[in-house]
Amino acid sequence: MMIEFPPGWIIIIGALLIPITQGLLRQAVLVALPVLALTLIWTLPDNALWQTSFLEYTLSPLDFSTVGKLFATIFSLMVLVGGIYAMRTASTLELSAAFLYAGSAIGVTSSGDLISVFIYWELMAIGSTAVIWAGATSSAYKASMRYLFMHLFGGVILMAGILWHIHETGSTEFTALELAGPAQWLILIGFLVNAGAPPFSAWIADAYPEASPSGSVFLSAFTTKTAVFTLLIAFPGTSVLIPIGCFMIFYGIIYALLENDARRILSYSIVNQVGFMITGIGIGTEMALNGAAAHAFAHIVYKALLLMTAGAVLYRTGKRRCSDLGGLFHSMPITTLYGIIGALAISSFPFTSGFVSKSMISSSAAYEHITWVWFLLAAASAGVFLHAGVKYPWFVFFQKDSGLRPEESPKNMQFAMFIFAFLCIALGVFPQPLYDLLPYPVDYEPYTADHLVTQFQLLLFAGLAFFLLLPMMKRTETISLDFDWFYRKLGTKLVTGFGRKVYAVYAKQEQAFVNTLKSLVTHVYDTHKNKPKGSVARMWPIETMVFWVAILLCGYLIVYYI
Amino acid sequence: MFEQHLAVLPVLLPLIAAPLVVLINKPRAAWLLSTLFVGACVYISFGLVSATMDGGALRYALGGWEPPWGIEMRVDSANAFVLLTVSVIATLVLLFAKESIASEVAHKQLPLFYSAYLLCLAGLSGILITGDAFNLFVFLEISSLATYTLVSLAADRRCLTAAFRYLVMGTIGATFILIGVGMLYMKTGTLNMLDLAERIQAVESHRTINTGLAFIMVGVSIKLALFPLHMWLPAAYSFAPSAVTAFLAGTATKVAIYVMLRFVFTIFGAGYVFEQMNMEIIVLVLALAGIFQCSFVATTQSNIKTLLAYSSVAQVGYIILGVSLVSLTGLTASLLHIFNHALMKAALFMAVGAVFYRMGSVQIIAFQGLGRRMPWTMSAFTIAGLSIIGVPLTVGFISKWYLVTAALEQGNWLVAFLVLVASLFAVVYIGKVIEAAYFKEPSEDADATKIKEVPVSMLIPMWLLVLANIYFGIDTSLTVSAATAGAEALLNGSSLVGGVQ
Repeated sequence: MMIEFPPGWIIIIGALLIPITQGLLRQAVLVALPVLALTLIWTLPDNALWQTSFLEYTLSPLDFSTVGKLFATIFSLMVLVGGIYAMRTASTLELSAAFLYAGSAIGVTSSGDLISVFIYWELMAIGSTAVIWAGATSSAYKASMRYLFMHLFGGVILMAGILWHIHETGSTEFTALELAGPAQWLILIGFLVNAGAPPFSAWIADAYPEASPSGSVFLSAFTTKTAVFTLLIAFPGTSVLIPIGCFMIFYGIIYALLENDARRILSYSIVNQVGFMITGIGIGTEMALNGAAAHAFAHIVYKALLLMTAGAVLYRTGKRRCSDLGGLFHSMPITTLYGIIGALAISSFPFTSGFVSKSMISSSAAYEHITWVWFLLAAASAGVFLHAGVKYPWFVFFQKDSGLRPEESPKNMQFAMFIFAFLCIALGVFPQPLYDLLPYPVDYEPYTADHLVTQFQLLLFAGLAFFLLLPMMKRTETISLDFDWFYRKLGTKLVTGFGRKVYAVYAKQEQAFVNTLKSLVTHVYDTHKNKPKGSVARMWPIETMVFWVAILLCGYLIVYYI
Repeated sequence: MFEQHLAVLPVLLPLIAAPLVVLINKPRAAWLLSTLFVGACVYISFGLVSATMDGGALRYALGGWEPPWGIEMRVDSANAFVLLTVSVIATLVLLFAKESIASEVAHKQLPLFYSAYLLCLAGLSGILITGDAFNLFVFLEISSLATYTLVSLAADRRCLTAAFRYLVMGTIGATFILIGVGMLYMKTGTLNMLDLAERIQAVESHRTINTGLAFIMVGVSIKLALFPLHMWLPAAYSFAPSAVTAFLAGTATKVAIYVMLRFVFTIFGAGYVFEQMNMEIIVLVLALAGIFQCSFVATTQSNIKTLLAYSSVAQVGYIILGVSLVSLTGLTASLLHIFNHALMKAALFMAVGAVFYRMGSVQIIAFQGLGRRMPWTMSAFTIAGLSIIGVPLTVGFISKWYLVTAALEQGNWLVAFLVLVASLFAVVYIGKVIEAAYFKEPSEDADATKIKEVPVSMLIPMWLLVLANIYFGIDTSLTVSAATAGAEALLNGSSLVGGVQ
């Protein structure tokens, strides 16, 4: 008989085993535990239920739904491949934290009640923060603290929502919720903070690129996709998610186009891709939900692949800015190849995993006759191709020759990238196994002449646009004057100009907020002497204390006589 | 024979041991004797908790004089729970103190230290179990005088001014309580708590009693460091010897909170204090103001003991907030947090004490790079810090859960949200220390090679507390049922009314 045990815990146990093992034994742990978790997920009987009591509630840490199994599968796969990628280079802290982080994410997928979800949610925040810490630079530490703060804040909102919901309905069940009152809204907002929804989109690109090369691979997979999972379970068909998702799609594209740091480009593109999923959840038909789930699956694979290539480049060259890179295909041909495969998949190129998943979302918008969403999604697909499909590989691996001739990436990294590159293409060519895992029966044929023609046209024009707009894409060079006036006007106005304006407004608001905080702190804290100052923070003399005693006594007496 | 005297033993044992310790006058033997006696108190407290779990009360007429003429000791599930907290913390701190105190207090004063420690414990236990309002004041003075002595024993001479501030404020507080009790006596002619309760109900509203309530509330608010009467606490905690700070943080303010509960719920009655006098609004506002102001000030401190002291005042705010909600859940949350906060703060102050033991300083600079040199101490600090923040699977989360539930029960979502947001301040001030310990290089003047982990005898009590932080964060059956029983005893007063012959 198979044990019935929450599979996430196997990975969490790994977090404890990693610090006490070394060398080959540790590598065995890194591979064996995710495999064990995967086996467990797929050998569990359908009605497996594992309950425990906490406070006066019954928790169900093991109560899988179909979507839960899908997410648990890709998460476990991600730990396995991420572990192989990180094996040689990552610190003990990073591996251990990544396992805690991933194990908690898997824990969310198997949770049957909101309290378990919340407990895992907070553990994820801690685990992922420690992954960023392991970047071991002072900017990594600062980013990690901002990141932690963001997530604990999200946790606060979520906890308030869950408590309120339990108090109102008496039910802790983690299932589809009606947006009936503030309790459910708080839960929704709590989930959306982790998904990187506006106005909380900035943390992704702020924190992820500061982690180590392997750290950002782990980070890209779990937090946002767990949020997608919880939204999929709790808020399918909530129409407010459609505009939120669309906003995220374009936020990601615009910021990614303006960015120069290779890993930041990819981080913005996470926001963009999660936007597609959230739009799908908002549409809420069976096909849209299938699409969102499938896209999450496919996205984890190709985004991790892209970040692995970026990480390998960073590991070999120590450089992360596009303007410092270029021409790496000379000496890193294999990494280049994997980078291109990932880029094609993210652009939904036919016969890659992105095509079979994303097209389900846009088709469902078409079937539901939500025309504006369909148009936006189509336009966004072109935008994705611009920023991630062409911009990333072009500037990193081709473009001008930067003269860098780094070694090809290490064998274990290559192997990890191979697995995911293989999956990108395999899922694209044979989508049926993925479709079988989806929550609803799939009645969708991706490879029709209509779909293919549309997609190729889109990609072709987007590709054309990229190379025509190329001089503007180089952030370090000025716009050349001999450039065709039509594209310059149109391009500058539509893409760059608009983007810059949005960016400027955002930056201004952010700066104002930071300044207010700073002035508050400098009011009571002497940053030079590292000491508190001012009457608020210093100790009061005795007479002041006694004065307050008198005030309070008088206050009480006055209240009594009113 | 012990059975029938069980209720008075928690006071008697340390009171007997205190002079013995001075007579022995040898540090090691004094420590051993104190630990044995305090350990016995833990055992007795367990007995008392289990004896009162069913909602009954143990009563003991001191010297055979029947109440209300004689002094009565009475233990119900509310004070048994706090008594257990106090004696457990006292024992663990004593284990920790052996090495820690020896390095911070002059050798020949050590037996005096243990004597004062025992007297303080006797006073605190006395406050908890007495059933007599005037007797409560007497025990309050015993514990306070002992505390002033303990604070002033540190090697740092600033402890003297800190002790003096504490003395002035503590005396004002005790005087106010005495004035208040005097007013009640004037009006009712009795000092026995149950008797007082009955007669106050009979008198209904009267100016003398109203004024008595005001004096008692202000006096107790000083003792429990309610904002804005908290300013003696940061100084006292910062400059007292480390073990003393750990002990006080876990016990003294908690006992003062118990005094408030006793006066409000048992003597005056919740209906009178909250419905007639509308005290909950004042207390609620002060608690919230304290939580935010002191949490914020804590983030600006560079002396880690001061930082944690401000955090303690903020945590007191949480406990009082639970009281001000005047509901079973709110009171349960308060009693739970009394226990839970004792666990986290004692652990944190022990960790800081361990750093002082090695570095001779508790400034944030001293913590730099300690993550690698004192891994056990700093990981204990980190876990206890997570508990203060209220991360799930620690006791802090349980407290927060109950407090927020209590606020939501009354539809007071603003308070619920403020409580949750305030917990984010803890991230900043705990994060500061963690940043220094794990992300900064050791400062240059510290001789890095000398710094190593503290002796095991200090680590064991620290880690026992840390593990308790996790254990009671997962298995809450013991703490929650004890706190609920205590809250029921306080709210119903059923075990109190009709007890006097």
